[in-house]
Order: sequence, then C-alpha cells, then structure tokens
Amino acid sequence: MSLLRGLLGMELIGTSVRLFLDFQEKLASLDMRNLRFALKQEGHSRRDMFETLTRYAFPLAHSLPIFAFLNEEKFNVDGWTVYNPVEEYRRQGLPNHHWRITFINKCYELCDTYPALLVVPYRASDDDLRRVATFRSRNRIPVLSWIHPENKTVIVRCSQPLVGMSGKRNKDDEKYLDVIRETNRQISKLTIYDARPNVNAVANKATGGGYESDDAYHNAELFFLDIHNIHVMRESLKKVKDIVYPNVEESHWLSSLESTHWLEHIKLVLTGAIQVADKVSSGKSSVLVHCSDGWDRTAQLTSLAMLMLDSFYRSIEGFEILVQKEWISFGHKFASRIGHGDKNHADADRSPIFLQFIDCVWQMSKQFPTAFEFNERFLITILDHLYSCRFGTFLYNCESAREKQKVTERTVSLWSLINSNKDKFKNPFYTKEINRVLYPVASMRHLELWVNYYIRWNPRIKQQQPNPVEQRYVELLALRDEYIQRLEELQLASSAKLSDPSTSPSGPSQMMPHVHTHF
Amino acid sequence: MLGKGVVGGGGGTKAPKPSFVSYVRPEEIHTNEKEVTEKEVTLHLLPGEQLLCEASTVLKYVQEDSCQRGIYGKLVCTDFKIAFLGDDESALDNDETQFKNKVIGENDITLHCVDQIYGVFDEKKKPLFGQLKKYPEKLIIHCKDLRVFHFGLRYTKEEEVKRIVSGIIHHTQAPKLLKRLFLFSYASAAQNNTATDPKNHTVMFDTLKDWCWELERTKGNVKYKAVSVNEGYKVGERLPAFFVVPTPLPEEDVRCFQGRGIPIWCWSCHNGCALLKMSALPKEQDDGLLQVQKSFLDGIYKTIHRPPYEIVKTEDLSSNFLSLQDIQTAYSKFKQLFLIDNSTEFWDTDIKWFSLLESSSWLDIIRRCLKKAIEITECLEAQNMNVLLLEENASDLCCLLSSLVQVMMDPHCRTRVGFQSLVQKEWIMGGHCFLDRCNHLRQSDKEEVPVFLLFLDCVWQLVHQHPPAFDFTETYLTVLSDSLYLPIFSTFFFNSPHQKYINMHQRQLSLPLTQSKSSPKRGFFREETDHLIKNLLGRRISKLINSSDELQDNFREFYESWHSKPTDYHGLLLPHIEGPEIKVWAQRYLRWIPEAQILGGGRVATMSKLLEMMEEVEHLQEKIDERHHSQGALLAEAPPLLRSSARLSSLFPFALLQRHSSKPVLPTSGWKALGDEDDLAKREDEFVDLGDV
Repeated sequence: MSLLRGLLGMELIGTSVRLFLDFQEKLASLDMRNLRFALKQEGHSRRDMFETLTRYAFPLAHSLPIFAFLNEEKFNVDGWTVYNPVEEYRRQGLPNHHWRITFINKCYELCDTYPALLVVPYRASDDDLRRVATFRSRNRIPVLSWIHPENKTVIVRCSQPLVGMSGKRNKDDEKYLDVIRETNRQISKLTIYDARPNVNAVANKATGGGYESDDAYHNAELFFLDIHNIHVMRESLKKVKDIVYPNVEESHWLSSLESTHWLEHIKLVLTGAIQVADKVSSGKSSVLVHCSDGWDRTAQLTSLAMLMLDSFYRSIEGFEILVQKEWISFGHKFASRIGHGDKNHADADRSPIFLQFIDCVWQMSKQFPTAFEFNERFLITILDHLYSCRFGTFLYNCESAREKQKVTERTVSLWSLINSNKDKFKNPFYTKEINRVLYPVASMRHLELWVNYYIRWNPRIKQQQPNPVEQRYVELLALRDEYIQRLEELQLASSAKLSDPSTSPSGPSQMMPHVHTHF
Repeated sequence: MLGKGVVGGGGGTKAPKPSFVSYVRPEEIHTNEKEVTEKEVTLHLLPGEQLLCEASTVLKYVQEDSCQRGIYGKLVCTDFKIAFLGDDESALDNDETQFKNKVIGENDITLHCVDQIYGVFDEKKKPLFGQLKKYPEKLIIHCKDLRVFHFGLRYTKEEEVKRIVSGIIHHTQAPKLLKRLFLFSYASAAQNNTATDPKNHTVMFDTLKDWCWELERTKGNVKYKAVSVNEGYKVGERLPAFFVVPTPLPEEDVRCFQGRGIPIWCWSCHNGCALLKMSALPKEQDDGLLQVQKSFLDGIYKTIHRPPYEIVKTEDLSSNFLSLQDIQTAYSKFKQLFLIDNSTEFWDTDIKWFSLLESSSWLDIIRRCLKKAIEITECLEAQNMNVLLLEENASDLCCLLSSLVQVMMDPHCRTRVGFQSLVQKEWIMGGHCFLDRCNHLRQSDKEEVPVFLLFLDCVWQLVHQHPPAFDFTETYLTVLSDSLYLPIFSTFFFNSPHQKYINMHQRQLSLPLTQSKSSPKRGFFREETDHLIKNLLGRRISKLINSSDELQDNFREFYESWHSKPTDYHGLLLPHIEGPEIKVWAQRYLRWIPEAQILGGGRVATMSKLLEMMEEVEHLQEKIDERHHSQGALLAEAPPLLRSSARLSSLFPFALLQRHSSKPVLPTSGWKALGDEDDLAKREDEFVDLGDV
C-alpha cells in the first residue's frame, strides 16, 4: 500500500530537494534499518511519491545516473590522489632484484579485472605471464601484494588454477610458482592458502577450477582455510538483522547470536589472516592466497594480513591505500556485491564481503585500542558511503570499468571527505609503533557483535559516544596543551624579567621535546 | 631451562591434538635433574604459618605457545597454602614484578582457594576425596579463582606422593573447625601493625557513632534512629550490635522475635525515601502463635506504612525472585567454562562459546539482579515510596540488592572508601554468612553459593559500562574477589558479627587487619598498583539528579528516560541490561588462560595511556607551581609509573608468566555444521564454467 520500505537518503542541492534511495529492501538490511513512511495526504500524491522514490532509489533501473555523478560537493583535499600504485610499491622497496613492475596489463588485455600496474617476479617474462594467465581463472595470475621489508618473503594473490575434473597441469604455472618461491632465497616450500573449505575446492573441479595438487606442485604446501562463500555470508548477515531488528533479543541473545554464525565467520577470516601473517612474519616461507576468483575471500585475507604485518596500513591514509589497493584496484566487485542503484535485490551476486572485512578491522581495533590511527567513526563512515553513492570510490566492479566511466574525473572520492576532516576520524589513543606485528585473538571469547554499527538504529541500545574513557583522555590532552602554553608564557615572562630578551625563545623549545615524548 | 620438554604441536593448523595427559618424556627430565636441585627456591612462610608436608621432583606443567612444558620443583602444603617451589620466575623482568601480589605468589594456592582436586590414573581424570587406595600419577587442582594447576608426580618418590596427596586432600577437603582457621594462628603471631588513616578510612559500622554518621550523611535521621538494644548481642545473634530502625518503632518490638520481623534501615534516598529490609518470623504451626505473629506484623506495618505520608512497597525476595539454588547451579556451570585443562579444550569449546555461556544462565542472573535493582530504584526515586526487602534471613539477596541499589543511587558508594563501607554495612553487619557461602570450613557443599561474587559481577557490569562514575577499576574488584579466599583478613571469614565477636574478642585477639576492608588493596599489591586500582576518572563534587518532577510508574519509562539523557557520573547511575550489554567479566574469569591473552592489547592499553597522560599533566602542573615560587630551576624528572616502553598483556597485572609468547594463538578446532545452510555452502560464488571438464 502506501507504506514504503527502503533506505532513504536526502540531499539538499541548491533549492531543489533531491531524493535518492540507493537501496531496496535487501540493502537496507545491510544497513540494519527498515524505514516506513506513512503518508497522510489522500489521493494520487501517494502514488507519485512512491514512484519518485523508486525511480531515484534505483536509478539504474530507470536509466538515470547514480547520484555520485551529480554530486557537486567540493573539498579542499582530493581523495583521488591518495593512492598511487608506483609510490605504494616504492614504499615497500619495489622494484628490487627479484620483483619488477610490469605494465603488461596497461590496457587491461592480460586481465580485465586486474589493475593496470602489477608486480611480478623479475625472472618471469611477459610471455610467461600470458601463459600463466591461461591457467588461472579469469586470467587473475599470481601477483605481489606485499613484501616483508627484512626477510623478503611475500604475499601473492591470484585466482584458482584451472585444473578441472581431468586434473590438467600447466608447466608454466608450476614454474612460475617456483620462481615466486625462490625470490627470497629460501629453500622451504611455498605456502598456498586456499581460502575455501576443502569440499568446495574439490567441487570446483566440476566447473573447471580446482586447487594446486601435491603431484604437480612439489615445492608447495597447500592449506584450506575453511572460509565460506558469499551466499553463506549473505544469509548469515540476514540472520543478524533478524535478531537486532525490530527488537533486540534479550534472554536468548547469546544463542541467537551464535545461530547467525556471523562471528564464527569473522573468526575464520581472522584465523586465516593470522596464519598468512605469521608465515610471512616468521620468514618461514612466501605465501600465495587464492579462493575461486580471488576477489572476495582473497582480498579479505591479504588485506587483513597486511594490516597485521604493516603498521603503515593502520594510519588513516595507510588504510585508505590498503582499501584502494587490495579491494578497489584488484577488482572486488563492489557494484555486484552491493548492487548500487539496482533494484534486483534478490540478486545472488550480492554479499557483505567488504562489510565483513571492516568488521574484522573493527574487532582488531577493539583488541588493540592504541594501534590504529582511525576510530570507529571512520569505519562506520566508510560503510555508510559504501552504500550511499555520494562518492565514486566504491562504484563499479573493477579498474577498467571505472576508467571507462571516468569516475575519477566525474565523481568525488570518499577520501576527500575524510581527509579534509581528519580530526573527526582520529583515535586519540593511537601510538605509532613501527614494525609491530599485531595478532588478534581469534576466539569467540573476544569477538563481539559490533553493536555501534549493527544496532545503532535501535534507540534502546545507545552506546555512549564518545566512549567516556576516550573523552577523559581528550580532556587531559587539552589540559596538557594548556599547561604547556602557560609554562611557555611563564618562561617568556621570566626571561623577559631577566632582561635578556634574546634568550627567551630557547625556553619553550627546551620544553617541547620532553612534552612530546609520547607522540 | 629446567626440565623443558615440548609436548604437543607447535601452533600450526595441523598440530597433533595435545591432551591433558601429555607428559614430558622421562629422558628429557633425567638429563636436567642435577641442575634442578641446585636452583631450589626457598619457601616463604607468613607469621604463624607451618609446613605440613612436602614432596620433591614434582613437575608443574606450563602452557606456552600451545605446547606444554614442565618445570621441576618441590610441592609443599602448609596450614595456609599449597605452594610449588620451582624456578619458573627467573624469566620475569623487573618492570612487571612490581605488580606482584605480596601475599600469594604465582604458584601459591591458599587452602580455601582450592575448589576441586583431580587425580590422573592411567590417563583418566577422576575427582579425589577421602582416603585413597591408589595414588595418582598427576594431580590437577582447580581453584576458586579459576586457576588450574597440573602437577606431575611420576618422578616423585612413592612415600612423598602419598604424604603430599593425602595431605592436600585432607587439608583442603576435610571439614574443619572454625578455630582451626589460619586466621587465628596468623593473628596471634603477627604484630599488630595497622596504620589507620583517620581521615580516609572505611566506616566499619561497629559503633553507634558510625550508624549516626551514616544517618546524617544520607539525611535519614529525621525518620530513623540508631539503636543499641542489641549491644553485647543480648537480643539476637543474627543482628549486629548496632543498627537503625524507624523512629516510631518501640525498642521492645525488636526483642519480641530476636530482631526478626523488624524493618531495618539500609539507606535513605535524597527525597527521604528509605530502603529497608526485614527477615521472616520463625515458621509456626500453632494457630495461636500465628495469630500473635500476625498482629505483631500488622502493628509493625502500621508504623511504617502511613499513607499519604509514608508508603511502603514490599519486595519479597524469597518467593518472587532468584533462589540461592538458581545461583549455585548457574555458577557451577559457568565456572566450568573457564576451568580449562589445555589448549585443545579451549578451542573445542570456543565454537559453542555463546550457547555454553547462555546455558549456564549466569549472565541472565546478573541481568535479573540489575533489573530488580532498577525496579527498586524506580520506586524510591520516581514514585517516592519506601521499599522493604523481605527475605528468610535478610542476609543473601537482601545484601545483594540493597548494596546494588546504593551503588546505583549513591555516588559515595562508588568511591573506594564508600564502597568498602557499603560492604561493611550491608554484608558484614548485615550478617551475610561468608563462612557458609564460601564453604570455608568444608562443612556443607549445599550452602556454598557465590552471592557476594554475583554482587561484584553486577558492580563490574556498571564499572564496565560507566568507568568514569567509579573511583576504582575492575582490578580492584578482581582483587577483592580474590581476598574472599585469603584467610589473613578476617572480613570474609565469619557468618555474623556475633560469631566474629565471640571468636575474636572472647579470645582476646584482635586481628592486625581489622581495618581489613582497605587492606586487600592497601599494601596488597605494591604501591604502584594503587594508582591503577584507584580510578583515574572524574572527581567532581557529587550531586544527585532531581527527576522527581517526572513521576513515572513504569519501569521501562524510567529506564528509557534515564538512558536517553546524558549521564551524570555523580548522580543516579543505571546499567544497560539489553542482551548485548551484559558481558563476561574477562579479567576475573579469563585471566589465567594463555589462549585468551591479547599481547599488548585490551583495556590495559588505553588505561596505561591515560595514566601516562595524567602523570604528564601532573608533572607540568608541578613545573608551573615551581615557576610561581622559585624562578628557573627545573624539577627533577619523576620516574614514570609504568615504563611506557613495556607493552602490557591484556591480562595485566595477573598471569605474568605467559607474557613472553609472541606467537599468535591459532584456533585448532574446525568448523561447525551449518545445518540448513549446507546447500548454500556448496554453491559456487558465481556460477561460470571455467573450461572443459
């Protein structure tokens, strides 16, 4: 009837009110909210309203542009410049003797879902790469994600090999993996983490996929990480919504939470990432990660492992680069997984894989409250704009599509919003620690439901914002700064009294190093 | 390293399953034997403590990096504790040993702290009690503070095994006489060296003056009076010597039923409403006597219920609320979740953690207590009614709810001294039977109910949700819960003030620590920890919210309206009680489990940052003062409280030994069946045929 369900975003532009609804029912559930409007007016206006809403909510179904292309917001920082692959690889010390940067995919000819710029073993020629591509699902060949600055072991990502029922082999692929293994001059085997459960990997053979067998890859050791597929994750999140909306379960909260399996999935993803990070950090061997296509579970694992290993990614800009690199440029199918502007909410391609990754990050930041430069609001803001279509950041499935649509020219980046307003997203407890590897504890004893995100629309569950300890700390910080200033003034005054004004500037600067020791 | 042998897997996914009967191989031990005898640690005895029996070449198992290793040493049993003397503390660095428990070492278990003893016979675990025919090859001790010790006895001489095992069983499990408590030997041997700070001390409520002071503080003296009718316990043994009753109540009434059936004052609210408690009259069969009881109660009721001036609402806790049996059952299930023998057990239970937690009902019991306390608060605060708590002896749930309500309503009770005074007033003087409820004398398991721990857990929920409202931290509560089993403080070792009186005063003894409510903290840890325990947050002058203008008669409305306003930490404080908000008190329950440790993380991380900042601000303040007084000279830098470089474990300041592990802990158990989602799980992410089959 005249009840409309859906998530509504309103944006005021100039004098006209533009409504845009980016979601239909299914997506509203990702946001854990259902809105209902009861319209009082009688007559045809209800119908108009409904039609307008659906039209702007699902612009693609009505051949309208997504709002990001109409957004005229201006920020004093350009978020599109945050990620520059060459700079990021240079930060990692690449290229080096064993790894080279290749432009073979400049026109997305080698692999249409990969970025233009790739890092591959120095000893593998462009022809080798082309031959390997024929043996990897959707040509997503193994390429470098991260290199350990000291022991030079690497994290490499790709898709599954096209083994099929007949157990096909490909000499080039086998050789290529061996070349990767040898890059850090270790004699140990290459470790392959297949993110899927064993049975699913086997089942994939029926459709031409599969995994690296012991027979074909002598110098590799394969482990399955038992992470479930996008459909399981989608259903699991649906169940989370059922227990938090419209009422929060009370006396059976814990068993209801368990029955959603959501935290169990989080646990498995984190456990997998810890294993990847530990392998690399201990210098035991390089790691190759894949699932089926290498754009969902693989992205979760590589990016979380990188977050554990490299403290750079725990800063605000570092995290933006991580998302931009491992998720956006490597073709996590945001458009399909979220369904931006599309009305087909029962689409089986939809799945909260990126949300799950952000949840894992939140769990880590909860366990290590001083290790991240960003706060909870930063993560929530990212998720809000994952769905909002206000920014171009998460539009389309891959870099080639984004390039075609000129996203960077025609839309604003989410990072523009965040970076021009950084103070709002900073964690006051952040203590920069270089070279510290963070291993979260992937136990249900420590994992919790992210109440401030999933249950934030429930007025009964209202967590204090900001957290009182944090607030107190911020107050102390302000007090400290005030004292420092007063001390400086006193020093200036006293040195003025001592009649030698030229020595006065040295006073405050003497103070500063002590005061800033922790920062 | 002594007797070090690695048993079990090294952390990989395919690690062999270590079981609780993993042993260090004999060869590895014998090679190290000589070294062992040289490095023996001496036994430290308290004044009055006596060694009862000992055994050497005992192996203590240590969990580390998901393998077990053994440490060689001597196992002793005294009349105060069981202690293991080994060399495993050598690895500790100085920074963290500052925060060591002064009375109880890492490997000490007080006799009262022993919960259950198991023996391992031919790889089978059996509970041990009474006379043994056969002696086990391994001893497993589960403690009431949830530590688990494994002692291997394979290499111990048979004679010594017999002596130590039967000694430990006897001294921890056989019924005991009150006068045999270590408390008394300690008290007569130790010097009375209590230094009391008169300004800042806990109110003991053992004098009339203390009660008058409390009446004055809460402005209850208008309607209530302190009486000394029970001085010398002439009227009743369940009552304290001094207490407070409504002013119009005749003192003779107190004598009628030894103080039963009398409304006893607990606390007065800012609007004059009071929280009262009453124990039930003795059960009578005789109609005549029942008639007498009835008219007595009618008379009492008329003195306190005089509408419209005084309205009383009664809460019968014996029939409409939790039973002690519920609490006992829940806790015995709950504690099993933390008494974990090894890593495998930890990960096996991890998958089912939430449902196991729920099936224990412990968290639900906490929620019900908090909810009841909110209901009572609503009556007092919003409906201007007096509340009378009724219970058989008025000494279990009465203590719990009255003190919980006071913590929520009276900011004074959220300071350290105020909280200790509250415990003294409601629990000690209220006659909570600590001796029976903790089963200190091992006389009846049925009576053992963790009511006080339940109270501390409820308070912890509040501390966890509103840290700035409290002058103490969770560490304080954890240490307080530990002191229940530490028989050098007399506080928690009697059933009533009367029992304490006859046992202490008549024997001409006074404990060194009669100001004991402050002693578990003061000097219990070394001084530095004081800062950690003392809360760092908020110290404004308290003022109470006045919300009497909004009269609400409904719990929900009261609850939701409070939560919709910004919190005044110095006023009324309500907990959140929704499903996700009631949490496990991880520091108390998970602290000994190495798998649950977050290296360099947890709340300690932010707390120590806060401490550093406090110190820095104080330091700057001193400098400014210095400038005002003498110009120029800079103050000497104060040494930092916590070495900022030290990365603390989430278990700090407990369980120091596991700290060195730097490897990640990896779950070893697999995936649980998805049930109805199996179909989905088998599907491919996106169905695309990738090539020929």
